[in-house]
Amino acid sequence: MTLLKKVMERVLQFTPEKEPDPLIGEGKYIGKAMKRVDGVLKVTGQAQFTAEYKFDNIAYAALAYSTIAKGKITTLDTADAESSGGVITVITYKNAPKIGKPALMDPSGGSSGAMAADIPVLQDERIYWNGQPIAVVVAETQDQADEAVSLIKVEYEEEKAVVSFESELPNAKTPKDVLGEDPEVKVGNAEEAYEKSAHKVDHVYRTPRYNHNAIEPHATIAHWESDEKLVVFDASQMLYAFKNTFAKMFLIKPENVEVLSPFVGGGFGGKGSMWQHSILCVAAARAAKRPVKLNLSREGVYRIVGGRTPSVQHVALGANQDGQLEALIHHGTTQTTEYNNFAEQFSFPARYLYNSKTFDIGQKVVHTDTLANTFMRAPGESIGTFALESAMDELAHEMNIDPIKLREINEPKSDPLRHIPFSCRNIVQAYKVGAESFGWDPKKPGSQSDGKWRVGQGVATAYYPYYRFPGKAKAKIFSNGTASIQAAAHEMGMGTATVQLQHFADRMTLPIEQVSMQYGNTSLPESPMAGGSNQTASLGASIEAAVTALVEVCIKAANKSASSPFKGLHAKDVDIKSGGIYGKETDVGCSFVEILKLAGVDELEAEGASGQPFEMLKHSMHSYGAQFCEVRVHSETGELRIARWLACFDAGRIINPKTAESQFRGGIIMGIGMALMEETIYDDRYGRVANPSLAEYHMPVHLDIPHIEIKYLNIPDEHAPLGARGIGEIGITGAAAAIANAVFNATGRRIRELPITLDKLL
Amino acid sequence: MKNFKYSVADSLDSAKTALMERSNCRIIGGGTNLIDLMRENIEQPDEIVDVSRLSKQIQQLDDGALRIDAAVKNTELANHPKVRENFPVLSHAIVYGASGQIRNVATVAGNIMQRTRCMYFYDDAAACNKRVPGSGCDAINGINRGHAIFGTSTSCIATHPSDMCIALRILDTKINLESSKGKRTVDFADFHRLPGDTPHLETDLMPGEIITSIDIAHSARGSSTYRKIRDRSSYAFALVSVACILSIKDEIVEDIAIALGGVAHKPWRADILESYLRGTPATEGRFKEAIDREMEAAVGFKHNEFKIELTKRTIFSVLSELKTEENSK
Amino acid sequence: MAQTSTMSITLNVNGSDYPLQIEPRVSLLDALREFIGLTGTKKGCNQGACGACTVLVDGNRINSCLTLAAQYQGVSIQTVEGLAHGGTDSSPSEELHPLQSAFVKHDGFQCGYCTPGQLCSALGMLAEYKNGVPSAVCETVCNQPKLTNEEIRERMSGNLCRCGAYNGIVAAIEEYAGKDFMDNKPATREGAR
Repeated sequence: MTLLKKVMERVLQFTPEKEPDPLIGEGKYIGKAMKRVDGVLKVTGQAQFTAEYKFDNIAYAALAYSTIAKGKITTLDTADAESSGGVITVITYKNAPKIGKPALMDPSGGSSGAMAADIPVLQDERIYWNGQPIAVVVAETQDQADEAVSLIKVEYEEEKAVVSFESELPNAKTPKDVLGEDPEVKVGNAEEAYEKSAHKVDHVYRTPRYNHNAIEPHATIAHWESDEKLVVFDASQMLYAFKNTFAKMFLIKPENVEVLSPFVGGGFGGKGSMWQHSILCVAAARAAKRPVKLNLSREGVYRIVGGRTPSVQHVALGANQDGQLEALIHHGTTQTTEYNNFAEQFSFPARYLYNSKTFDIGQKVVHTDTLANTFMRAPGESIGTFALESAMDELAHEMNIDPIKLREINEPKSDPLRHIPFSCRNIVQAYKVGAESFGWDPKKPGSQSDGKWRVGQGVATAYYPYYRFPGKAKAKIFSNGTASIQAAAHEMGMGTATVQLQHFADRMTLPIEQVSMQYGNTSLPESPMAGGSNQTASLGASIEAAVTALVEVCIKAANKSASSPFKGLHAKDVDIKSGGIYGKETDVGCSFVEILKLAGVDELEAEGASGQPFEMLKHSMHSYGAQFCEVRVHSETGELRIARWLACFDAGRIINPKTAESQFRGGIIMGIGMALMEETIYDDRYGRVANPSLAEYHMPVHLDIPHIEIKYLNIPDEHAPLGARGIGEIGITGAAAAIANAVFNATGRRIRELPITLDKLL
Repeated sequence: MKNFKYSVADSLDSAKTALMERSNCRIIGGGTNLIDLMRENIEQPDEIVDVSRLSKQIQQLDDGALRIDAAVKNTELANHPKVRENFPVLSHAIVYGASGQIRNVATVAGNIMQRTRCMYFYDDAAACNKRVPGSGCDAINGINRGHAIFGTSTSCIATHPSDMCIALRILDTKINLESSKGKRTVDFADFHRLPGDTPHLETDLMPGEIITSIDIAHSARGSSTYRKIRDRSSYAFALVSVACILSIKDEIVEDIAIALGGVAHKPWRADILESYLRGTPATEGRFKEAIDREMEAAVGFKHNEFKIELTKRTIFSVLSELKTEENSK
Repeated sequence: MAQTSTMSITLNVNGSDYPLQIEPRVSLLDALREFIGLTGTKKGCNQGACGACTVLVDGNRINSCLTLAAQYQGVSIQTVEGLAHGGTDSSPSEELHPLQSAFVKHDGFQCGYCTPGQLCSALGMLAEYKNGVPSAVCETVCNQPKLTNEEIRERMSGNLCRCGAYNGIVAAIEEYAGKDFMDNKPATREGAR
């Protein structure tokens, strides 16, 4: 945390509490399990994803990738590719249009840039990772482009590359910061406190690389309407940052770039920052003087879109006779590159979850010559909770007490490191509700079986912080009684429009059939990226601001008429109710339709901007959950199956139980994959992904997933817009630890390295 | 994928003629493996002859064997009443393979002809003696979790991926082949090859030859099952699979046939185990001894060493299960 | 620019004939998406590993990415676009297929990208079940299987959903299959195989 933020945090403690949003209570639509507004489009195939937009005279692009990790291209022969059937052009560093310096992604949520790594795009002969794009073929059809790629001949002068995470560990160094926070935190002398503790556990946990594997591969369509004007369809979680990046790197004005991304076929962080194909597609369209579509192959996604870093984490916990933590030590190392420096904040859970007399927390990184890593669903918290929550279970076992009890004993009353109040924390209650509903009753490890299957239960804490970013939205009312809200927001399956229409309808006190939302392109007001589970809260605040602004506009417009009921009134004197604006005290006012009549116009609109997220500095704001599972381990073959799952979340107000439960489940299922089978395998001889396919990268299939029961406390957070904290990522957190803990309960064997494949249980 | 000429064979003869007369011509049935390999530039035919419209009969022969035409789809074969009733292990093995969608398209001959699996075989940046004979094998010292433990060579350690073929290997299966030069029949046991120093040659199919049908009969009778152990519960290739028929009479192993998948370049018949058990008491102790003898020849690599223990345990589990089934008869 | 050879084919999709001039190497998936313009069918992996491209051919589910379009002349191809009105263009209707409605009701998707494949696969799967096709979780391949929750999950395992909408998808299929299919007894222990 910067010094400025620290000072602000202290100052804000003395400011009065803001009035909670009135909509944190029950609304007409907020809190209802409503069907998705885009459901029909999605089940009929009419929802158009990026690669499906049609342009006259469109050409198709395909990429060639480097097969070495570091060095220089010495020969690049594209003659055969150029003369191959249907080929329009082949672009390499030799003939590529001038592309500016990468505009890097701003991890603090700004939209100045989006590029994942600070590596020039196709501008010289240097190779930075194994899989780097070295040529773009543009052809009349995809098959023709793909075939021509195979005809490109390339030779390299190879340099010694550092690619192995494990062998680079001794050279780990402390990064400047971890997502804006201090990489190291120490309170007291943790080592000494640990040594003196009555009960101790001290272990190393390992997690592998993972890939997002959204089923929609990354795609871009670029169309230069003129030399200065660019339209891009791109599967993106970060529209405005993409727009600004294209503008900077192609040296045109941002207002001349439009980026559209109405439906994204899954993102999970993989479509958050920008990867080279987006830039290459725009360059190809410029070179070919035609609209160009670049739909990455599945292998292409693995070659040029980074995934989650591997980690080695060391957790040591010391507790006194009563189970109170005397020492919480959590250190570890992740792998990044000198071109992106993303440490992945695995140490964050340890900073917020437990009281301890002493803390010693720290992150290190190694730099390798590999594809840049990036954020993937709950970056940090997913893998951090695996280590920390496994260790808590190990400590509970060591002390012979219930692991839930151990967590209760160490439950902090306020933020243990920042010493500020929690905004809303009901983790103990989440455990209570969860344990009762699940039937939490773990027996002695290794004592339960059903035929040849050993059976065990496990539990772990889910944790994810609250984020909100400032943004804008525009509210409109129309003379036919409808209203709409506009924001450059993203829909990747979270139900963005569905929940915000529930919100907007309630805020406007209009029937939900009369409201609509436009989102997914940069002609709309700027919204923050979809990431860090921030979108619901961020849009909640910007829509609230837009509606507040609209009230002001309405009063002003109506007051042009002599018969306006708002003479002498200001926004603070009125409320929105019954589909119109009425005096707080007087109840005098009229409907939105009547306001438009008074104003003599067909529509009125207002743009609002939400403020800085000071609530995050005044309070320690997080979501929590309790993950319960029952696993079965085959006593002969080691096969591991998830038999039952129940999770209870404390994530603030739930706007739509139907879509929220799906989000929670989705996170848990990705957590099950992370624990059981997923791994992006690097061949450390070459720094090359060895399993760049969905046949070799296993992720859960239908049969792997039983019914997942979701509970939530639904206690609104008074300090968050709508009382809601984000829910997209918390499901994956704690999931892998719950499974590892259940495996221990079933078999008596503690697995500290993911994934828990059957060979580890033989 | 390279472009090619496409034609449909309206008869077996026209397919045979095309194969003989045209250079670099391949036949396609369902195409589920061939098209994938063509997209990876592993297979690059100039011409493709579609034989998927040729005969798809399953008929009982006079000696009780079943003749299954080459173009019969996997799903049809698994669901045929005679197969389900008389050769349940074959049905069982087929439905453990791939996905419903693929089984609806993949043919019997295509399943037999599918190429071995290896991540390096699919990566044109890797050294692979199958792709480019003599270029080396990146798998031997690389990521080899899914690779073979039996019959490997210094040239190749890839595994045969079929489930169906593991069941065919414990049946008395013959492959009927034709070319414009004539017909021949080979034992299924002799059809797939070990890698040796020619891993690019995976079967005994001669140039110009086409599989027309297979004949299956029982090599053993008794209780049977197919077990497949993999990295997720469905839709994944086998780490180890076991097809087994076992009959026990008066606590003596009367008959046994057992084959292993996921462990070798071809379906691996456990002959040593079989001969050790046949005619001897069906005790758990002897099961274990037999398994150990069979597994003596197994050699693991860095990432697949565990397969040896896994194979032992899976075989034991299957034998125990079938013994219980036999005893309850 | 060199020329490549093309051929004339006609595909019958959702009851309509589409004459095409394409290279033999064009997959059925690309023919649908890029040449006919029916983009409801999705490309997820282009190698038969995800099921997003599943379509129905004469009622049988197949992965359209692992096929040559040329091989699918003279058959009836049904895509997600053809489900809502029963696969014929002669009597179009705005009404959803009951399975589509069940997907919406049970939230059997999030991003919606795998959804067309899941829908077509589920319809093909139920037809296979009706035909008596066994599965890997059947107790025995000799009898008509019972359509349990576990059976549906095994038979649908060729369709990946990264958003993790599996529970909703299975609930939708169960509701649609209804009394005609579903076994009333509780499922066997989850994933116990």
